[in-house]
Amino acid sequence: MPFRFSRTPLDPAALRVALADPACGGFAAFEGWVRDHNEGTPVRRLEYEAFEPLAVREGERILAEASVRFGVAHAACVHRVGELPVGELAVWVGVSAPHRDEAFRACRYIIDEVKHRLPIWKKEHYANGDSGWVNCERCAAPHAHEAAQPHDGRQAHGV
Amino acid sequence: MSAPLHGLVLAGGRSARMGRDKAALAAAGRTQLERAMALLAPHVERAFVSVRADQRSDPLRAGFAQIVDRHESLGPIAGLLAAQDEHPDHAWLVLACDLPLLDAATLVHLLRHRASSREATAYRSSRDGLPEPLCAVYEPSSRTRLAAYVAGGRDCPRKFLIQADVELLDEPNPRALDNANTPEEYAAAMAALDPAAGATSRRLKVQYYALLREQAGRREEALLSGALTAEELYAELARRYRFSLASGALRVAINGEFAAWSTPLADGDAVVFIPPVAGG
Repeated sequence: MPFRFSRTPLDPAALRVALADPACGGFAAFEGWVRDHNEGTPVRRLEYEAFEPLAVREGERILAEASVRFGVAHAACVHRVGELPVGELAVWVGVSAPHRDEAFRACRYIIDEVKHRLPIWKKEHYANGDSGWVNCERCAAPHAHEAAQPHDGRQAHGV
Repeated sequence: MSAPLHGLVLAGGRSARMGRDKAALAAAGRTQLERAMALLAPHVERAFVSVRADQRSDPLRAGFAQIVDRHESLGPIAGLLAAQDEHPDHAWLVLACDLPLLDAATLVHLLRHRASSREATAYRSSRDGLPEPLCAVYEPSSRTRLAAYVAGGRDCPRKFLIQADVELLDEPNPRALDNANTPEEYAAAMAALDPAAGATSRRLKVQYYALLREQAGRREEALLSGALTAEELYAELARRYRFSLASGALRVAINGEFAAWSTPLADGDAVVFIPPVAGG
């Protein structure tokens, strides 16, 4: 069950062909696109970064789980890394199965698990020039404010 | 061109808090003084022990070449002053005798990164970011400033380094310079040295991603650490790089697989800390 990363734009038509199977009557795909806003803030572009060896291994585990759980025939997922402009296809999931219900459900399962489990990070670059790593900016360590103070060791040593 | 290098082990202290002569304490089957001299010897032209006048004939110290303090009650800086007075054209690799966790790799790293055009090369303490004066190289060019500093009535070697022109290095092994001034500190250091306790330093490879990569200012590094677990390693690195993320928000991978924070680290492990993910 293939999971892979891509540094170049994805072609859904070509990806879909690989899942074709005469025994399958249903095919479902999910495409994640780069959106121009997040939580009310205009977004210009995204930057994806991944710990690829582990993400590929975990991604293939997710595809295998979906296959066992929903009885699908084929499942695949490709995720982009690097800089992506608004509108670009960031992640593609495709599933083919004998019937539509398992294809839909497996597709939903895969994208949900991919978002939660894979070591992939997304930096948003906002229209106002700021940027931030999604989900990382609000879980600062309790000591972070203290540590962020200017280092005053010199004063402590009376210099 | 670099000045030739002599070594000086500081063993003139009064060991007041330890209650016993620190130089004579056992470390890995030898005294701390013997261990420090042995660590130093391969890297210097000659290795000396720094002593007070009344310690010259002490049996432990009598076996080594000595540099005798010329000032009373000045502490470790008196040893360095006397050494520079006797050999003004040599640089001095100075070591305290009470660094039971000091390893050869830490010395090699210091000497490899020695900046002989500056007054000294020292480590930045992993605890407080200040220079560590008692595992450092003092160049001949530091002598004038040091003499003036002492003439001005000051004797703190750390404050001397803060105001000197110093090349500051990050410690490859953040525990190496932990000193042991009290019986409790010494016991803790001995426990860390005991291979049965699994606590000697390990060579680790750490990769950083996303926010951690930006905060560490690097994608990866090889380091020596005394951390026993992934959690201890993160705490150590979070102090060093001031990571803003609490370990509770992260996951950790060891050798390419997710692992528990309490997983014991082994020599050669590759560790990746995983900030909150956001794929899709």
